[in-house]
Amino acid sequence: MTGFTELSGKAAPLDQANIDTDQIIPKQFLTGVTRSGYGKHLFHDWRYLDLHEQELNPEFTLTQEKHKGANVLLSRENFGCGSSREHAPWALADFGFGCIIATSLADIFYSNCINNQLLPIALSSNIMDDLFEHVASNPDVIFHIDLPNQTVKVGESSYKFEIAQHHKQNMIKGLDAIGQTLDFNKSISAFEKKRAAWL
Amino acid sequence: MAQTLYDKVWNAHIVEQLGEDTLLYIDRHLIHEVTTPQAFAGLNENNRKVRRPDLTFGTMDHSISTRSLALDACGPQNKLQLQTLADNCAAHNIQLYPVGHKNQGIVHVIGPQLGLIHPGMTVVCGDSHTATHGAFGALAFGIGTSQVEHVLATQTLKQSKAKSMQIEVAGKLPIGVTAKDIILAIIGKIGHAGATGYVIEYCGEAISDLSMEQRMTICNMSIEAGAKAGLISPDQKTIDYLKDKDFAPSNAYWNDAVSYWQSLTSDADAIFDTVVTLQAKDIQPQITWGTNPGQVIGINQAIPSPDDFDDPIEKESAVKALKYMGLEAGQTWDNVNISHVFIGSCTNSRIEDLRAAAKVAASGKVKSHITAIVVPGSVAVKEQAEKEALDVIFKAAGFEWRLPGCSMCLGMNDDVLQPGDRCASTSNRNFEGRQGRGSRTHLVSPEMAVAAALTGSFADSRQFGE
Repeated sequence: MTGFTELSGKAAPLDQANIDTDQIIPKQFLTGVTRSGYGKHLFHDWRYLDLHEQELNPEFTLTQEKHKGANVLLSRENFGCGSSREHAPWALADFGFGCIIATSLADIFYSNCINNQLLPIALSSNIMDDLFEHVASNPDVIFHIDLPNQTVKVGESSYKFEIAQHHKQNMIKGLDAIGQTLDFNKSISAFEKKRAAWL
Repeated sequence: MAQTLYDKVWNAHIVEQLGEDTLLYIDRHLIHEVTTPQAFAGLNENNRKVRRPDLTFGTMDHSISTRSLALDACGPQNKLQLQTLADNCAAHNIQLYPVGHKNQGIVHVIGPQLGLIHPGMTVVCGDSHTATHGAFGALAFGIGTSQVEHVLATQTLKQSKAKSMQIEVAGKLPIGVTAKDIILAIIGKIGHAGATGYVIEYCGEAISDLSMEQRMTICNMSIEAGAKAGLISPDQKTIDYLKDKDFAPSNAYWNDAVSYWQSLTSDADAIFDTVVTLQAKDIQPQITWGTNPGQVIGINQAIPSPDDFDDPIEKESAVKALKYMGLEAGQTWDNVNISHVFIGSCTNSRIEDLRAAAKVAASGKVKSHITAIVVPGSVAVKEQAEKEALDVIFKAAGFEWRLPGCSMCLGMNDDVLQPGDRCASTSNRNFEGRQGRGSRTHLVSPEMAVAAALTGSFADSRQFGE
């Protein structure tokens, strides 16, 4: 996996709280056995007027011309809540998003994003108001995400975001998390020797 | 230093402390067809093996038919996924309980039923309702597919420790109010994201009074408040439940295991980051009115107005939810007509749920225009229910009696609602489109779901039965 350091691009505004993973990718698309091809089903119920994905819903943010090509997604509280389906970040990334900025993100979804090089950023609700405002006044405004410096820059404004150091390093270096853990094989074996006999 | 139950289980599983991160050992890994194919593919691509197939157990539940035992009953895609699970389990020596096996069922129903979950264990599964197993005092949480792959390969996970929240449900629960009502009332109080970043420990008289199955209903929905996990300290009921289960500790180790389990309580002076208290006597049978489980009220309350919410985001959510749900502010529940009833899911499909539902079902008939299905949580639950002739009661009342699986909780099979259908459901999520595009879900207890089937709209289940 390649690393993530910086990202620049337009932002699409989904100004709504509690967007769950059932909305991001509904259950009928979870029957795959690979990680690819979920982008066309992203936000299926909102994005398409029909079940067969022939007719786009012109009202939906992501189908509007002015938000075409956005690689940053803005949302509100509790983004990615509900089901643990990793198909949600797979669909977002496959569609073209590289970064999700929201007031808060659900725990499992957050980990799933990190494991897929999709940068999750939580910012305060006041800052989110500012970011939505930037896009409302100019849909073409460019967001600059700088992971090493932990900043989101848009126009003249710059906002600092928090991220755990291990998440940051894994994102930047694109490390194989399993390979890293396997380096602790000795410790794992030692732990296993101490486990209770009934386990 | 005084420790919480969460601290104790956490500390007992530290393999390595890596800065602010902890490498935790995983005692039990439950797997199913939907969130594992890509994990096994990842292992195979990297020539990695499953480290502990003996600690890993699989079942088929999410995408199977509840009408037929055939793997292709729900189409070639579902069949491919189910077959892929069977192939992966065979290739990696993992015990699988496929469709047709006596141990098959919903992953969170069969785990406890087989005695696979012990107090103090760490338990993971690629499913957000893994918190169910916290009812045993096990630290159990849902993970994504990349993490499933990580656990398969290493039997560990890197985790940051969550904050701790104690939720006390004080006093005695009113008669006819259920575990489902308790957890919905809790989510209503703290909100759909109220416990994000926390592990909850439930305590208090009303929780201690619950059976193990009822405690599973409570812990199951911890994720609907955003919590990482939900725990209940083990007690004599936990020990009695586990005794003689297939995978409980053998006689040789039983006493050692029990004395360890008895140490798994939060110390009296342990400090929680947040404490929430509810009075059990105030809890009424609950129904969700909106599109997340936090949008919930009692059966005796009218549908709220967006103006009832001060927070602009909640107000906006209420406007959207009422529109989607086709409800009006001030409407009373006896004016909300339903088309479907679903009794099942990892929240409410155990034998005690079916007994409680059957008791109400025995007092009437399902309205003729309503489709009502009962989906037992496992083969064992189904067989026990049939032994007690509960299926006879359900069928006589007009319910369909189905085969075990996740079914209409998420509709990955053909148990799917149509646009505009309105369902009284014992499941755990009332998200837009959860049970089918454009469908409307109201989360309730099994008793309330049956009461709705018999009346055609929502009614207080306490008026039915005995």
